[in-house]
Amino acid sequence: MPNILDIRRRIRSVVNTRQITKAMKVVSAAKLRRAQDRTLAARPYAQMLTNVLKSLVARAEIYDPETGEPKHPLLAQRPEKKILLIVVTGDKGLAGAFSANITKAASRFLESKAGKNIDIEAIGRKGRDFLRRRYPAAAVQTRSLAETEESLEAQPESVERAGEIQITGEHVGILGKLGFSQARDLAQNVIKRYEREEIDSVYLVFNEFKSVIAQRLIVEQILPIEQVGERAVRQAEEMTEEEKKKAKEAAISAGVGLRPSEKSGDEAAQFGTSQVDYIYEQPPEELFRALLPKYVAIQIFRALLESVAAEHAARMTAMDSATSNATDMIDSLTLVMNRARQAKITKEIIEIVSGAAAM
Amino acid sequence: MPDTFHLEIVTPEKKVVDTAATEAQIPGKNGYLGVLPGHAPLITELSVGEVTFHTGNNEQQRLAVAWGFAEVLPDKVTILAETAERPSEIDVDRARKAKERAEQRLTSGDTNVDVDRTLDALHKAETRLDVAGKS
Repeated sequence: MPNILDIRRRIRSVVNTRQITKAMKVVSAAKLRRAQDRTLAARPYAQMLTNVLKSLVARAEIYDPETGEPKHPLLAQRPEKKILLIVVTGDKGLAGAFSANITKAASRFLESKAGKNIDIEAIGRKGRDFLRRRYPAAAVQTRSLAETEESLEAQPESVERAGEIQITGEHVGILGKLGFSQARDLAQNVIKRYEREEIDSVYLVFNEFKSVIAQRLIVEQILPIEQVGERAVRQAEEMTEEEKKKAKEAAISAGVGLRPSEKSGDEAAQFGTSQVDYIYEQPPEELFRALLPKYVAIQIFRALLESVAAEHAARMTAMDSATSNATDMIDSLTLVMNRARQAKITKEIIEIVSGAAAM
Repeated sequence: MPDTFHLEIVTPEKKVVDTAATEAQIPGKNGYLGVLPGHAPLITELSVGEVTFHTGNNEQQRLAVAWGFAEVLPDKVTILAETAERPSEIDVDRARKAKERAEQRLTSGDTNVDVDRTLDALHKAETRLDVAGKS
């Protein structure tokens, strides 16, 4: 027969745990709401930028009329021999399978590109830890984003690769206080390497986040740019029905809206699309050249913002199920305890009765 | 002709300004542009500088912007900027330090200095100080 005192202690400890998971869920929900707002706030800019680029594509001569070669290096398609993969995960754990799923998708991608030289930039501590255990670090590292200003200087030529797959950069701790400048620095770095032909294509693995119940794990190609305004998704994984259900329950109980409000999108969509002949202060080619790097930066920025939102959503869902599991556990432990107490009382009565009968 | 136009200043992080204005000055790449209602449609790249605009009741507002571009339509002006700061948001100390650092680098005679970048940084810092100081 289990000891009543022991069971009571266990119940108390589970109650404490439940308190913590509950608090974490509320905190994640609040952070998720903020992250959602930020992804929405970034949308008008991205939308307008894309529109202007699209209208410029029509006006500027981007392709050389004679050779058909693109005039801008970021549009140039080269045989894919050296690939850069940016893996965006979370900095913290306790978010269910969030980071594990991303690293899994990254591994699958690496397998599909086996035999090519692949550089990896790891964003987020969890993914960095996973990748570092498997792949060697490159001799020359992209330094942390805070000090990229210096790291943009030309790197020494022909550094020997550490392996077919190597980690060229680690960016830990930038997701907490994410600003556009970080995405821009990373984009500048990537563009430099692309223009120097150190890499032939750039992919981004991250958790796309439209709303709590509309998420996808995707691999998106960001360089070379195939078509402005079209996203080149190479690999995508939808949420399973069960995950959706869980996320929905968690969101409802935490008071987070399932659909972020779409208030700013329509207006932004009109930017730069008026059917008028604009005066271009600069030649369209020049504008186009100035805008393309920004386009890459905003794409990376959006991926980072969405990944942050998705991480909070994953943590909220995980903490929601942890809380309900704790409740179940408390219920069953209480039942066991009551049974034990009853058994003890019964035993004592039998002892008293049989003692009285013996006299 | 209406005497105001709609002015929006958008950064990747938020919409900074969304208001009606009677007049605006925009730091175009080839020099400052003055915009009044009914301006011909125009698209331009911006350089580092300050945007000044007058809202309806003759109130003047200033913002420090760094890189962006603007679309001007007869009844609407949209500015996309990488950063746009109101005078109250500017970190004067940081700007001052950035300015000193850039000046030091330019006068150091070191051949490794990326002059364009440093000049850019200097310009940015000066604009910030300018906008923060005047209002």
